[in-house]
Amino acid sequence: MATPCRSPSLRKALLERPSPDVASRKSQQLGCRFIANRTSMDFDIANYMLAKENLDHEQPVLNEEYRKQLAGNLLKDSNLMHKNSRILAFKSKPPPPPEGFERNAKLLYSENVHGGAAKRSKIYRHIPQSAERTLDAPDLLDDYYLNLLDWSSRNVVAVALGNTVYLWHATSGSIEELMQVSEDDGPVTSVSWGPDGKHIAVGLDNGEIQLWESTALTKMRTLKGHTARVGSLAWNGGPILSSGSRDNAIFNHDVRIRDHLTTKMNAHEQEVCGLKWSLSGQQLASGGNDNLLHIWDASMMASGAPSSYLHRFDEHQAAVKALAWCPFQSNLLASGGGTADRCIKFWNTQTGACLNSVDTNSQVCALQWSRHEKELLSSHGFSQNQLCLWRYPSMVKMAELRGHTSRVLHLAQSPDGYTVASAAGDETLRFWQVFGTPDNNKQQLLRTRSVESTTGINNVSCANIR
Amino acid sequence: MATAQVARDIITLKGSADIVTEFFCYAVNSIIYQRGLYPEEQFGRVKKYGLTLLVAQDESVKKFITGVTAQLAAWLQNGQLQRVVLVILDQRTLEPLERWNFLIETDQEVIQKGISKRKSDADIMKEIQAIMRQITSCVTFLPCLNSTCIFDVLAYTDKDAAVPMTWTDSDAKIIENSQVVKLRSFDTKVHKIDASVAFKMDSDA
Repeated sequence: MATPCRSPSLRKALLERPSPDVASRKSQQLGCRFIANRTSMDFDIANYMLAKENLDHEQPVLNEEYRKQLAGNLLKDSNLMHKNSRILAFKSKPPPPPEGFERNAKLLYSENVHGGAAKRSKIYRHIPQSAERTLDAPDLLDDYYLNLLDWSSRNVVAVALGNTVYLWHATSGSIEELMQVSEDDGPVTSVSWGPDGKHIAVGLDNGEIQLWESTALTKMRTLKGHTARVGSLAWNGGPILSSGSRDNAIFNHDVRIRDHLTTKMNAHEQEVCGLKWSLSGQQLASGGNDNLLHIWDASMMASGAPSSYLHRFDEHQAAVKALAWCPFQSNLLASGGGTADRCIKFWNTQTGACLNSVDTNSQVCALQWSRHEKELLSSHGFSQNQLCLWRYPSMVKMAELRGHTSRVLHLAQSPDGYTVASAAGDETLRFWQVFGTPDNNKQQLLRTRSVESTTGINNVSCANIR
Repeated sequence: MATAQVARDIITLKGSADIVTEFFCYAVNSIIYQRGLYPEEQFGRVKKYGLTLLVAQDESVKKFITGVTAQLAAWLQNGQLQRVVLVILDQRTLEPLERWNFLIETDQEVIQKGISKRKSDADIMKEIQAIMRQITSCVTFLPCLNSTCIFDVLAYTDKDAAVPMTWTDSDAKIIENSQVVKLRSFDTKVHKIDASVAFKMDSDA
């Protein structure tokens, strides 16, 4: 595009504007020797007259040209242009987009941005790096194959220390002893709260399972059947209690009926150390020291045949103890392997597909899904003894929580899903506010705290619960 | 054979106006599709200019576009149309967010003397194709429209242009603090269309 000063008319205007010199040169040619009488000439007027003549012709063209160029090039929307045009709009307007229409492009081009921002804000959610509370847990067995910690739906933490099961009431901070077994029968090898949060199953070294009522601290019944210690227990959300033992068997007990043993499942070749029912109560996942992970379907397991399991996964290279069913996606199971494996694997238990596998570089002892975010917490052993918070499904590590000085064997989640308790081989119980603190939960927490301070426990950062 | 070829390359005022009108029709459709003003399901695919373009299927949108382009054609044939602007406004606040500017320069010689020019159809199509492609690619740099938006078409005409009752005077709907990106232009030798898009500058940029 030509700039205004380069336009032909302008150049012409500049060139053809006669100067006084030209006029005087013209007059010089009249005689052979002419000495101009400058006093009789009014150069100012002459110049003005000459210039005026030019301006009359050139100026309007120049102006229009200049304005057009300027408007076209520089001031696209300036009012200069509008002076000789009329802006018109069609009277009938196009219809507005339909109600509730979510713009596709917005999703297309901003999903990452927003997702990223959201992810960021979540990553930057304050995750306390230290334990909110630490409790001493002397005599906690440092045995990978046991399950000694559980948190009930009534907000009571049960922990087995040696031969004794203690209850720690999270709301009041008070501690009571649930039961103690004799040296011959003990130690306690597993604890599991029933879905009502009132009854608790206790697995013993002698192969017995005892059922206790936690408010009255009375034993309801004893379930016998296993010939070796019961290292894992799981409730199906109803009256069925599954138990995994060192005798390689998994039994289902219907705790309501006299002949409680309803199903026997023999598929593992070594001790069963991980046992979890899916939230729907339809599938049972069992992990063993034989590095196998089995998925059992509730409708199929009754047949009792050795191969009545739905899936058998042999991808883990070490004992499978850490199991966790995803709370927001059915049929999604996370499993963690022991020292030789160190992987967290994700399974679609319907199709049997391994969805993902992440090497954590450390023994995976326990797994807990967050119920509020798509996050997974794993606890590890040598060498960091840390807890890792992962974002699912990206498996980006959001936080590493250190504090334990020995492998973190057990994890349990509070009923509100915000706090996680961890029990480690260093004989401590630690509570982590790792899954966030909702606004509506703050009020309750404050109340909890005030109750605690009256009991005096809050002032002691490390309380001996024995 | 040769004469037929020559005859086809002749561009008259009316022919040029038709080409430009058609271009506006597809440009408006493309812009409202690309900027996601209506749900994707309301658009159908059409092969045009060697491209697959999306055209609104919704009856009232179609009616609006045909109504507008019919009048644009009339003005173009008289050489009275100076520019066409597609404005995208926030539905709630009516704040202009985007202005798609199509400056039209009409060859005065053609208007006054009624002569015709020569340019091959293929060349014009190529130029239009380039603009259409640019409109499609603009979504990558244009700021995201986060609110529900509507659009309007403004026509800048000569003062003496005949205005039917269905049209009314409007303000320019200028965007404050805008940034302009010049797009390609195309030329039928009778009408020269310069396209550009102005958008609201990112407040945090």
